[in-house]
Amino acid sequence: MDLKGRRCSEAWPKSRLGNDSLKTLTLDLEPFNQFNSLQQNQKWNGPDNFDYGYRIATSYSEVNPLPAPLSSNPDNQIKTPSQVDKQTIEALISASKLQDWDPRTMLSNLSFLEQKIHQLQDLVHLIVGREGRAVGRPDEIEAQQQQLVTADLTSIIVQLISTAGSLLPSVKNTLAANPFVGQLGSSSGVGFPHILDANDAMQQDNGGSKVSDHSDQIEPPSNCRHEQNNGGQSNPLVSTIEEHDPKDEEDAGEGENLPPGSYEVLQLEKEEILAPHTHFCMICGKGFKRDANLRMHMRGHGDEYKTPAALAKPQKESNSEPMLIKRYSCPFAGCKRNKDHKKFQPLKTILCVKNHYKRTHCDKSYTCSRCNSKKFSVIADLKTHEKHCGRDKWLCSCGTTFSRKDKLFGHIALFQGHTPALPPEENKVSSGASDLGGSSEVTETTQVEPTGFNFSSGTSNVGSIQDDVDMKGNVDDPTGYFSPLNFDTCNFGGFHEFPRPPFEVSDSSFAFLLSGSCNYISKTGGASGSDALE
Amino acid sequence: MKKPSFNPFDLLSEEILFTILDCLEENPLDKKSFSLVCKSFYLVESRHRKTLKPLRSELLTCTLNRYPCITHLDLSLCPRVNDNSLSVVSGLCKSPLRSIDLSRSKFFSHVGLTSLALNCSSLVEIDLSNGTELTDFAAKAIAKAKNLEKLSLARCKRISDLGIGCIAVGCRKLRVISLKWCLSVSDLGVGLLAVKCKEIRSLDLSYVPITNKCLPFIFQLQYLEDLALIGCLGIDDEGLAAFKQKHPSLEVLNISHCQNVGHVGLSSLINGAENLRQLVLAYGSPVTLSLAEAFQKFSKLHSIKLNGCMVTCDGLNAIGNCCIPLRELSLSKCSGVTDEGLSFLLSKHRELKKLDITCCRKITHVSIDSITTSCTSLVSLRMESCSLVPKEAFILIGQRCYLLEELDLTDNKIDNEGLKFISRCSELSSLKIGICLNITDEGLTNIGMFCPKLIELDLYRSTGITDIGIAAIARGCHQLKMINVAYCKDITDNSLRSLSKCSRLNTLEIRGCPCISSVGLSAIAVGCKQLTRLDIKKCHDIDDVGMLSLAHFSQNLTQINLSYCSVTDVGLLALASISCLHCINLLHLRGLTANGLAAALLACGGLRKVKLHLSFKPLLAKSFLEHIETRGCVLQWRDKAFQADIDSKAWKLELEDMP
Repeated sequence: MDLKGRRCSEAWPKSRLGNDSLKTLTLDLEPFNQFNSLQQNQKWNGPDNFDYGYRIATSYSEVNPLPAPLSSNPDNQIKTPSQVDKQTIEALISASKLQDWDPRTMLSNLSFLEQKIHQLQDLVHLIVGREGRAVGRPDEIEAQQQQLVTADLTSIIVQLISTAGSLLPSVKNTLAANPFVGQLGSSSGVGFPHILDANDAMQQDNGGSKVSDHSDQIEPPSNCRHEQNNGGQSNPLVSTIEEHDPKDEEDAGEGENLPPGSYEVLQLEKEEILAPHTHFCMICGKGFKRDANLRMHMRGHGDEYKTPAALAKPQKESNSEPMLIKRYSCPFAGCKRNKDHKKFQPLKTILCVKNHYKRTHCDKSYTCSRCNSKKFSVIADLKTHEKHCGRDKWLCSCGTTFSRKDKLFGHIALFQGHTPALPPEENKVSSGASDLGGSSEVTETTQVEPTGFNFSSGTSNVGSIQDDVDMKGNVDDPTGYFSPLNFDTCNFGGFHEFPRPPFEVSDSSFAFLLSGSCNYISKTGGASGSDALE
Repeated sequence: MKKPSFNPFDLLSEEILFTILDCLEENPLDKKSFSLVCKSFYLVESRHRKTLKPLRSELLTCTLNRYPCITHLDLSLCPRVNDNSLSVVSGLCKSPLRSIDLSRSKFFSHVGLTSLALNCSSLVEIDLSNGTELTDFAAKAIAKAKNLEKLSLARCKRISDLGIGCIAVGCRKLRVISLKWCLSVSDLGVGLLAVKCKEIRSLDLSYVPITNKCLPFIFQLQYLEDLALIGCLGIDDEGLAAFKQKHPSLEVLNISHCQNVGHVGLSSLINGAENLRQLVLAYGSPVTLSLAEAFQKFSKLHSIKLNGCMVTCDGLNAIGNCCIPLRELSLSKCSGVTDEGLSFLLSKHRELKKLDITCCRKITHVSIDSITTSCTSLVSLRMESCSLVPKEAFILIGQRCYLLEELDLTDNKIDNEGLKFISRCSELSSLKIGICLNITDEGLTNIGMFCPKLIELDLYRSTGITDIGIAAIARGCHQLKMINVAYCKDITDNSLRSLSKCSRLNTLEIRGCPCISSVGLSAIAVGCKQLTRLDIKKCHDIDDVGMLSLAHFSQNLTQINLSYCSVTDVGLLALASISCLHCINLLHLRGLTANGLAAALLACGGLRKVKLHLSFKPLLAKSFLEHIETRGCVLQWRDKAFQADIDSKAWKLELEDMP
């Protein structure tokens, strides 16, 4: 996980602040868990930062000023994440030592509780304030936000109870602490120093490489924490938290198989998805893709924007841990990614939504300047294609091109009637090859269809197979890339013809026959998703 | 014709004539004569003929017009087959054609193959071996022959995975395919072939640069019976061991020259291939106890070939303990074969029919004793250069193994007494007693008297043989087809006169017999009409007269070696009139001039390979050489110095001095 990714993901809750407002202030319970989720979020690379804030820009721009005072006030009672983290860890350490009564630990725990209660107070204050403002909003959104606030509150309460419970030097507690210790030892011996490092670094805002290095190691304590919670408490709320955590860790959007209802489904409007800018200057109205650019821009509007606080990356909110996992729905009716679809498969991130929507439901307006035939709707796809365009083109008789020979052979092994197309001969184009050699992508759709692709949905994207093939390298959004429609047809079309066992030996490295198919398989397997995103 | 005269041949029905024609397969000239009897015979013969092996592609149009029912067309004698020839074939043969052999032809491309594949819809067999110029486009053209079952692409070095991919997709009915020496093919192509062509029975991947990766796909071929992986160095124990699947159809497996396959891979293979009949492991890893124990698990193994392997005594003992009696065993050139190991092995395999112990230089009388006592039903015994076996041992062979049909005793100590007992093997058809310096006419006469079924006799450098022995052979062995009396210095024209009685003789090697002259050769030419291969190198007395009679009588001659003879331009030009002559060696012909050579080369249109001395090269115009080469003739330039004759004994000594 690189620093950039970290920053982005830190920025993410902030932007949500405008949306879901106060829940982001409920910082402390799962700071570590958040790191987990941050890791997943690393695919939200810098350039796409604008995604996170787009809702502010489009519909809630009036709330925009809100984050600034919160973030620029370090002395606020609301703890910065790192501080809280540290304390949490200390609390954990002490909890593990509780077998013998230690007044200092008790003290730190008490101060921890105090902070918690302050936070809770703030939260309620904000709710009150926001309720006033929320008048006139669409009911739907309001209800949604309320739900979130409630969830965040719940988590705070749960944590309070668990911390409070750790104060009692009871038998129950020692029992609960033991497994924690054990797991701590096994997870990483050097875990704690690293965590502290990481936190220090975070306090300095920029961190440096350490943050990224150690972020992985922050994970184990969070697990421990929950075990402890579980062991010590019979509170049903605890178990609800538990329920989500493990899922947070497996981040393959496709294979995660979240039970319906265990996540919150958000659906953006088409206009929101396609909006080029998501950060707008409140003074001149100029739009930016990134919040950082906006902040740089703001400097021109006056000295008050040049203070370190104003220029600082708003990071406080990064601590917020949403109660519910968020998944996204494509606004296109009939699409498998649309929440009304029978086999709805949610999109994992807003970036996924954007890429999916553009690739699947939009015109392909970017044409490759080299081959003048390939078209893309996502500019990143074009760039990836241009890197490989014209180089080592392995061509199938169906018109599909491949950058690698083994991919072509995998494709041919999978589909009946497809043959390798030979490059045109130097002097004369052979009669057989002439119709295949330089086939344009336009003909491709018509050629593909008769070979047995029965797209199950009316809104199918016949041409998308081709894109999928070329995009392999760079796809950061598995959902948009494995078009569900394609997947279905492949399953029925060529799969049974091709024996399965070879795929299971993934290390057998007979990659070429796997490759064509494993794209589709990974959908069910779900394991490769995260790897592909690195 | 005004008055239809009565033709007695009209009484013969076509059916009867067909039956008669069926009996005339042996000599191609017989059928020609038959068709010349009358018009109806001519027509019947042209309808009867199913296979055709034309000599000239230029005449294909009229030949194929004459024979409408050709199913098998062998163009291997045509030096030049271009796309036009192939389109003629495809236009005239159409659907009856099932098989075409282009294995030695050049100058055609994917264009001709495309028309062939499209027009001859029932084509099931194509041999494209040695098509070194063929590209993936040719493969793509072949892929259009949807019914293809047999395909050989041996040495098609330019065909790559893409071409194989086209064939795999197009020819789904393939049963037999050879990709030997297809150096551009890799795992990808082979894997795809195995995935697409489920019917494959026989797969030859020798020397193809494949690795373990394609093995799982190959072994998923449900009907695979015959698999050759010679020289596939990319395949090792790891690949074979990782593989646990059953492949019960496999019967013949050749993994020679695979140094990386040892007993681990083999035993994992064995667990799946329960019906394996023949296993060839030549030049592989040493045959030790562990490897040989793997053999024991094959319940149906009949034949093991371990040529060139290092063999231990334990290994031989373990083979001896195989549960199923072997029929065929080859230990040719195996180092480490001892009397002890071999005797134990043979005592357990009494059913053995074929045994090859060539160059097992450690075995002695003991081994021969156990061979002859244990394996009395032996049909073939090859024991060239078993130098420690004494002459008495050969008596045992004659006494006990009288079912022998093939016997190779080259370079052994056998003497006349031994040969006398060998002659008890009345079924003997092939006898090789070259470099046996202890035998003379006396022994050979016995062979001639008691082995009437002899077809092949090799007396190379057995210098004790004279005309008397040869005469005895010619008298007794009427079936003789091949005889080699090279460097038997005492052979004269008289031998050739007696051999001319063997009308089936097709191969005659009389290299280095200085007493032979054109007179004897003429006798052979007259008597042995089926003569196809003749080696008269270093017969200094043979001159143009011999060539003239050859040109006149031996119309079936295809190969001749004239080096060091006294033949001049005249003789060579006469020889050039033999239409099917395609290979000729012309080194150190003193009477030959550049002009004569050029004329002969021009006149002999069927030539494919000519060996010439380098000194002629500057004397011939470059354009002329190019013309000859575009006709499909390969000119091989040699720069060998003139060699004087060596005495046979000196030669033997020289041979033994060599490491």
